[in-house]
Amino acid sequence: MTETAEAAATAPPPRRRIAIRGAGWILASALIAALIMVPVAALIWQAAQGSDGLWRHLAAYVLPHALGQTAMLMAGVGLMVTVLGTGAAWLVTAYDFPGRRVLEWALLLPLAVPTYIVAYAYLDLLHPLGPVQSLIRDLLGYTSPREFRLPDIRSMPGAILLLGLVLYPYVYLPTRAMFMTQAASLVEVSRTLGTRPHQIFWRVALPLARPAIAVGVSLALMETLNDIGASEFLGVRSLTISIYTTWVTRSDLPGAAQISLALVLLVVALVSLERWARRRQHYSAGARRARQFRPQRLHGVKAAAALMAGLVPVTFGFLAPALFLAVEAWKRFQFAGLSDRLLVEARNTFLLSAGATVAVLICGLIVAYATRLLPHRGMLALQRIASLGYAMPGTVLGLGVLIAVANLDRLIDRSAQDWFGVSTGLLLIGSGTALGYAYLARFLAISIGSVEAGLSRIPRSYDNAARTLGHGAGATLRRIHLPLSRPTIAAAGLLVFVDCMKELSATLMLRPLNFETLATHLYGEAARGTYEEAALAALAIVIVGVLPVILLARVRQGDNGN
Amino acid sequence: MTINTKTRLTLCTATLALLGTSVAAQELNLYTSREPGLVEPLLEAFTKETGVKVNTVFLKDGLAERVASEGEASPADLLMAVDAGNLADLVDKGLTQPVESEVLTAAVPENLRDPGKQWFALSMRARVVYAAKDLELDSITYEQLADPAWKGKLCIRSGQHPYNTGLFSAFLSHHGAEQTETWLEGVKANLARKAGGGDRDGAKDILGGICDIAVANSYYVGLMRSGKGGDEQRAWGDAIKVILPTFEDGGTHVNISGAAVAKYAPNKEEAVKLLEFLVSDEAQKIYGEANFEYPVKPGVALDPIVASFGELKVDPTPLTEIVANRAEASALVDKVGFDN
Repeated sequence: MTETAEAAATAPPPRRRIAIRGAGWILASALIAALIMVPVAALIWQAAQGSDGLWRHLAAYVLPHALGQTAMLMAGVGLMVTVLGTGAAWLVTAYDFPGRRVLEWALLLPLAVPTYIVAYAYLDLLHPLGPVQSLIRDLLGYTSPREFRLPDIRSMPGAILLLGLVLYPYVYLPTRAMFMTQAASLVEVSRTLGTRPHQIFWRVALPLARPAIAVGVSLALMETLNDIGASEFLGVRSLTISIYTTWVTRSDLPGAAQISLALVLLVVALVSLERWARRRQHYSAGARRARQFRPQRLHGVKAAAALMAGLVPVTFGFLAPALFLAVEAWKRFQFAGLSDRLLVEARNTFLLSAGATVAVLICGLIVAYATRLLPHRGMLALQRIASLGYAMPGTVLGLGVLIAVANLDRLIDRSAQDWFGVSTGLLLIGSGTALGYAYLARFLAISIGSVEAGLSRIPRSYDNAARTLGHGAGATLRRIHLPLSRPTIAAAGLLVFVDCMKELSATLMLRPLNFETLATHLYGEAARGTYEEAALAALAIVIVGVLPVILLARVRQGDNGN
Repeated sequence: MTINTKTRLTLCTATLALLGTSVAAQELNLYTSREPGLVEPLLEAFTKETGVKVNTVFLKDGLAERVASEGEASPADLLMAVDAGNLADLVDKGLTQPVESEVLTAAVPENLRDPGKQWFALSMRARVVYAAKDLELDSITYEQLADPAWKGKLCIRSGQHPYNTGLFSAFLSHHGAEQTETWLEGVKANLARKAGGGDRDGAKDILGGICDIAVANSYYVGLMRSGKGGDEQRAWGDAIKVILPTFEDGGTHVNISGAAVAKYAPNKEEAVKLLEFLVSDEAQKIYGEANFEYPVKPGVALDPIVASFGELKVDPTPLTEIVANRAEASALVDKVGFDN
């Protein structure tokens, strides 16, 4: 693997010169890492307040079950997103068949469906009273669900299935990018050498895509850990639910902070383990312009089968729940009309997410680029720290941000009163800055990971050439790295945007007065049990989320055409 | 730095509103963990009557943490929450202040307000049993929910949900820890499906043939049967009958929603005004009509749907005791693996 991929990779440039030249970048990264560390530190401080006897109770009654459930959920979802994501990416990259170009972007659509919405939709669809079972009863001649019904979806397999169906695009997206730009020439070489098609996948493409798959799977798993809504709906008692219970039902915030820090450690250990496992592998494309992947043309039955296979995740991950929401929303619309609040909320959601996405991308780029400039152990540690927020459930991270920002706000307010005699109120929370900060802390990992994966495909010889020609680190980034990694950066932007838009827990906790987003509206209705009204908001979330997905598909197709 | 200019502009309005509160007197800021759809009709009526504008933020579980972190700079005037435990939490964390108001003490019975006048209940909800309509069952005790006769026939939401921990706390008060544990094990053994979902799912699952009886809050029945949630939910509501269960040696378990004035309320006067409005006949009626809760003020008529459940005999266990038992009840739920 190493010898094939390292066609043009060279040794890293002399460290000392870079360290001096890249000092600004490294300093900026350190600042960003510090910024992310603040809410974590606030939680550590909370956890240190102590909670009497909590761990004895947890060890005796909660952990055995919760750990088992969490492990099972993560293993199941991990397996499912790997198979679906990698399989789908290979299908639309390696083969050409009618409908492929639509599938290419349609496979991303489930991203727009939050886990709590997919759970809610399927619970209704597959309920004994829902359309699916009603139809089956009609066909079989039963009149009442008491005579015949299918097993309940509210189970561990149900949770794995539903989460896997909406989370696989986290793997599909980076893996496909990797296949497209990296695998082309190698696959061609393999074909020339007579390797059979399925062997190409297992022996060339899959090993090549491993970093991308790893990034994708870890993102999907952290989304799984963050989920409370779907688990609650589906009756899965994961560790995240234990954190929540400890905090809400037992009013034990220090205890909840302790469990969540333990969870963070677990995640960090897993991610490190994966990185350690591929420590000896280097990935870098050839210096020549990456060749377009020439897909193999399929005909007849094979083409139809490929299309069907590609449609499965799209149908179950997006079409079915979206259609269900559309029908429910339509019913509601006829019943109660459209609330004009929905438009304001859609705008709030869009602007807030867009703003946060820009910030997240810029910070991610700085950290990822600084790591490239100085691939030193210390810098890598900074990068890990800056990625910590994603490993924490949104509720917990939101609490950390709240504690940290509110204290700063009070300091500002007090100082303003002391010096100028005016009260500023809560400047950061009141302006929504706190919320943006929470998004940054939570989703920075996505942009660092994706941008890093993108940069890693650009040979270091390019950097050296640019630097030899007298460009500084900034100019090299602007003129070499940015143009070359545009698709990856766009992909990262998409993921972050959609994630911001779906984010619920931190948004609920940190938003200013009189400020609603689609997600908070949805939650307000769902919490009251007025699901029909919620259907409109849920559909709106899905629609707002679909827009950037389509936009991204256009960007990428434009790229391909050039 | 974490937000671009465009967003900043959009958020400006919110900021101005916030900054303005310390100057303009005719406004007040409400932090509520009650859902906006429910609170809005009440606030509209209040603004119409008094001209005072209410800025709200709907918070779920972070209400206490947010007010605590904001400290003396918090713009919050009135804190509204469900469950006596949450209200007591606010007091324990030192986030509230006592209110001296004859209007409030006259309207809210003594057992439904904080002895130190820190919080006041605004509405009540009973933890009842939904039963399939054709089931021959007219009365039931909470103790009987553990009767093996119900094996595989009972639906309930997570045992860690505050509505259930409240009920289990009351059981603790009546029977002590040992019996509560045995009872919880019995209830768990009767479950038709995993504990989870919401209270309405109980009715839905009864119609769906999954269970025969379900434990749920009273007001959901009104929301379903009134047709406010659409025809589908009316069908769920009509598929069940409501039984007001009691403890063998007591009455029906009720919990409350209520409010407290924030310790650093910049608009305390307006906050008290709103609080007093919320116990007025008009507002108490809205609580009944909009959300089918029981009014706290004696003499206010019940919604007909709620009245049809029969006479509510409130369990005498003091709310303060239920609150005090909460952590123990929650620990027992873990211990018997109720949700597993």
